[in-house]
Amino acid sequence: MTLSRVLTTAALALGLATTALAQDKTKVGFIYVGPIGDGGWTFEHDKGRRAVEAHFGDAVETVYRESVPEGADAERAITEMALQGADLIFSTSFGYMEPTLAVAAKFPNVKFEHATGYKTAPNVSTYSARFYEGRAVQGHIAGRMTKSNIIGYIASFPIPEVIRGINSAYIHAKKVNPDVDFKIVWAYTWFDPAKEADAATALIEQGADVILQHTDSTAPQAAAEKAGGVITFGQASDMSEYAPLPRVSSIIDNWAPYYIARTQAVIDGSWESVQTWDGIGAGMVGIGEISEAVPADIRDEALALKNAIAKGAHHPFTGPLKKQDGSDWLAAGEVADDGTLLGMNFYVEGISGQIPN
Amino acid sequence: MLRLEKRPQPSRLWTWLTPVLAVLITMLAGGALFATLGKDPLEAIATIFWRPLFGEFAFYYRPQLLLKGAPLVLIAIGLSLGFRAGIWNIGAEGQYIVGALAGAGVGLAFYPAESWMIFPLMVLAGAVGGWAWAMIPAVLKLRFGTNEILVSLMLVYVAEQLLAAMALGLMKNPDGHGFPGSRNLRQYESAHNGELISGTGMHWGVVAAFIAVIFAHILLNRHILGYHIRLTGQAPRAARFAGVRPARLVLFCLGTSGALAGLAGLFEVAGPAGQVSIDFNVGYGFTAIIVAFLGRLHPVGILLAGLLMALTYIGGEIAQSNLGLPAAAIQIFQGMLLFFLLAVDLLTNYRIRISSREVA
Repeated sequence: MTLSRVLTTAALALGLATTALAQDKTKVGFIYVGPIGDGGWTFEHDKGRRAVEAHFGDAVETVYRESVPEGADAERAITEMALQGADLIFSTSFGYMEPTLAVAAKFPNVKFEHATGYKTAPNVSTYSARFYEGRAVQGHIAGRMTKSNIIGYIASFPIPEVIRGINSAYIHAKKVNPDVDFKIVWAYTWFDPAKEADAATALIEQGADVILQHTDSTAPQAAAEKAGGVITFGQASDMSEYAPLPRVSSIIDNWAPYYIARTQAVIDGSWESVQTWDGIGAGMVGIGEISEAVPADIRDEALALKNAIAKGAHHPFTGPLKKQDGSDWLAAGEVADDGTLLGMNFYVEGISGQIPN
Repeated sequence: MLRLEKRPQPSRLWTWLTPVLAVLITMLAGGALFATLGKDPLEAIATIFWRPLFGEFAFYYRPQLLLKGAPLVLIAIGLSLGFRAGIWNIGAEGQYIVGALAGAGVGLAFYPAESWMIFPLMVLAGAVGGWAWAMIPAVLKLRFGTNEILVSLMLVYVAEQLLAAMALGLMKNPDGHGFPGSRNLRQYESAHNGELISGTGMHWGVVAAFIAVIFAHILLNRHILGYHIRLTGQAPRAARFAGVRPARLVLFCLGTSGALAGLAGLFEVAGPAGQVSIDFNVGYGFTAIIVAFLGRLHPVGILLAGLLMALTYIGGEIAQSNLGLPAAAIQIFQGMLLFFLLAVDLLTNYRIRISSREVA
């Protein structure tokens, strides 16, 4: 078993060596979970890729593969890029974690960057964005804007990332509107326009006049536009084609600075395995333009909140906070640590309903 | 003018010629599609069909063909038995998922114990899981006369929900910081369906696929049950007179295809995929339907069709990253294959006559 593994590695490394000699451009690969035209998650990663191309010009060549299923197919896609001589590979979905690590073990000279995961290796970094900071701003606007006091939330999967977003939005909506109630629908998908539209329609029928989404398509925006009198927020991408109404603002993933910095590190030979988790301050999370449908005073408050978060003056998870079951979580003035946030598996006090299991 | 005339019997020649013809027409139409996308059609076709087999990195791609083809062949063999008898199991995808869950469940339950018995038990559980999931449409059909097409298809969506629930709940990796997905079975020696000979792609699932092909061939040609299956498909009334018991056939065909799909799922989850995750299934159960028909519901044909399908997948992937073809173009290309196969199938049952003039 060990010998055979050595042989495989040798064969793969040989293949790599022959191609690496053939070029001196730095080759950067991207593995996408959705189509580049999804208008959300993958679209923004691809924007980051194009920014790398624009920044480095002829010094860098980029390649990408879209709609790569998570699992065995991802391993082949990543291996293929490494074989073709990629020096740096970004795998941009949580489900690529194990495949990325498996391929990285076979290509010690190639650098890998896995988005939103938690496992690293000497040649594997992880990176993610503190989207919950954007959720805080969103929650503030939602709490101030709602008239029915019912806010609909289209959640994707019950994982810490999504639960963090719900909690952050809820805390900040509740702060400005004590009567607010969150209705949460679990869509069990990241991208499925039909399902997302159904979820949005169901929430609107239950009286929600604000829809927050943690799924990537613009279908909820279209559903809200059709219903009328409902506001939404762009997710992952600005979705400004639905502005000024129903889309009143957005959370934008901005990967370009990170991608450029990491590519530069590979060129300089200074690349090291790191775990990056940046937010509004570092520019990884952007707040899309707040449209004129939002009254000026609310817009000013929201921008003030955004600036406070960016400067580090306000942490979205600041005590006093209790968990949903009423037990104490954070004392007054206490701030949540990253470990708890990364593994968050509970609602804060006030949210009704259970996290599905 | 052209006229279609029904053949007294389906043409044997055309039965075997049409798949080849369909592939050729697909290459032509696909080439045209790639050309309109601004790519060199010859290069694109060569990338898809040639490079995985004989290109620079063929040493890596050839084993991948087996990895990708094995589940397709294994599932399609099972489906073909039922399809021949007019029993339509459309829900192999669901049986694949449940087989994987049952098998992985057994493996995870034993973690971290090491024993040679764990993997065989997982294989058994995988087959039983898929079989049991297929028994639902079978029993409902026999007991209440429900349509197995609808029931088996709907159960795919139920299985997907079950998969999500397992990946997020019961089977979630306790060391995974709350993230979804089970432990990685590839890092658990006793449960890992690894390569039998390194660098060949040969794992137990590939072996099982070859065995299934041989058994299906013997069953259909040498066994009374195989004769009954063929007879029921060709002449249901005659079959009844010949003493075929339809209920038994439904149970056998759905059960076998379910068990084989379950096995495919188990070999995948314990090997190439490695873990139970929300998006574990990637459509093998549906693609296998195409493979079954492309292979003429014949065991050897299915083996070839499975490998061809795997080739278009892997070649298509290379075309995506090398030529920048969009993923959707590759999917259209694969869809064309089935479309043209069905279209040229006309030639099997009809012949084209050129008649001078219609007499009024």
